[in-house]
Amino acid sequence: MSDRSFQKAQKRAAAEIFWNRRRRTLFVLGAAVLYLTVTLAAGWFMSPECYDIDYSAKFTAPCPAHLFGTDYMGRDMFFRSVKGLSNSIGVGILASAVSSVIALILGTAAALQGGALDRFINWCVDLCMGIPHLILLILISFMAGKGGRGVLIAVALTHWPELTRLVRAEVLQIRSARYVQASYRMGKTRREVAKEHILPQALPVYLIGVVLLFPHAIMHEAAITFLGFGFPAEVPAIGVILSESMNHITTGKWWMAVFPGLMLLTAVMLLDAAGENLKRLLNPNSGNEA
Amino acid sequence: MQKFHGEPALQAAHISFRYQKNAPWVLKDVNLEVEAGERVALVGPSGCGKSTLAGILAGYEIPESGEVLWEGRPLERRGYCPVQMIGQHPEQAVNPRWRMEKILRECWNPKEELLQRMGIEKSWMTRWPNELSGGELQRFCIARVLGPETKFLVCDEISTMLDVITQAQIWQILLEETERRRMGMLVITHNRTLAERVCSRIVNLEEINHEASFD
Repeated sequence: MSDRSFQKAQKRAAAEIFWNRRRRTLFVLGAAVLYLTVTLAAGWFMSPECYDIDYSAKFTAPCPAHLFGTDYMGRDMFFRSVKGLSNSIGVGILASAVSSVIALILGTAAALQGGALDRFINWCVDLCMGIPHLILLILISFMAGKGGRGVLIAVALTHWPELTRLVRAEVLQIRSARYVQASYRMGKTRREVAKEHILPQALPVYLIGVVLLFPHAIMHEAAITFLGFGFPAEVPAIGVILSESMNHITTGKWWMAVFPGLMLLTAVMLLDAAGENLKRLLNPNSGNEA
Repeated sequence: MQKFHGEPALQAAHISFRYQKNAPWVLKDVNLEVEAGERVALVGPSGCGKSTLAGILAGYEIPESGEVLWEGRPLERRGYCPVQMIGQHPEQAVNPRWRMEKILRECWNPKEELLQRMGIEKSWMTRWPNELSGGELQRFCIARVLGPETKFLVCDEISTMLDVITQAQIWQILLEETERRRMGMLVITHNRTLAERVCSRIVNLEEINHEASFD
């Protein structure tokens, strides 16, 4: 091996050691949190003037004055995208909060109570998972009066089934573990066992579930808004922006779809990567892998 | 060998057990009595239900019919069980997310002297279970059930994973402890020599188990 290629290999090995899973996870998680909070805050505090209508500048291609170009009413696409993503993130946070609480309560109740309640909860999970998710979203959003409120309710109420299953399985498994039974034999009460054994074990799985649920919620919010059952057209939302841009993409106004789409994709992929990495790291069976 | 007379401390009365309804019986009408301070070995081929019986005696499983009596009364299902079991898989008997210190002191505070005799080193206390070997974990599992409330020990193949010297050490301590506190013991083992050395009576499960294999 020549000297230079040897040095290269050494460098690569060092980089591999440096970027172990713990560092990578922290980095991705940090990037995801940073991206989300910055976007959320920027959207929250943005004055509507930033994306005001200006017919003199409609259909401007990306340029220094309008980084992402402008749309058919001359609104700045950069500010609209940020504001739209910020709205989506808000819906996502709320939806995963509500859904995860529902999942935690139902999953634990099913696993601990068993019997008829367990069967009933499983039946509900199957029922909700049996209906195509998007159709369920549209139905609920429509019933709740569409608009912002409709999306919020629909997205919040339809993301609990998978997580419920996950929580139930985890609690069931821990409950039947040898050390938990031994703990009961050593005179521990149900409350003590739940607090000392079951909760600390089930919590990581639950938290990962919540992180992985978040991108789903954002995507679904954008999807039903895109289909016209979500936010009204005047609210800057990623779904609204994308569905409007469809009308102009055939005439070559590519920037109206590409940049907002990329922003949404970045958010979803960062969160997904963070969740997946957390999952590998916190699971003791793969926690020691590089 | 010492002879014992009087009330049985631990009694299995007409125990029948199967893992599912309509499944074949694992145990059928099993009767077993162990007197206070007596040490009994339970032997039998693999899969004949020794571990299942051990689990029932220590209250881990509930028999379909029959009952376990402790000093004449049914075994209490709440509170500290006077009959404690030490299993053959120590890695399953400890919470993988607890440090050894916490595992050891889950129900009582073993004295420094006992830990030293058990060969439990101080440096192990801050480790996680997956950082100790099976034999090292087993010492913790034994030490944690030697509390004052334990009156009877069910040992289910507890020394199979240990090297010979450690086996001798562990049994030495267990014998001393049980002798001193007149604790009864049920020892499940495949090792005939160990059974003869440790116990005063050897019971073959096949002879007291009436599960009809041919029905």
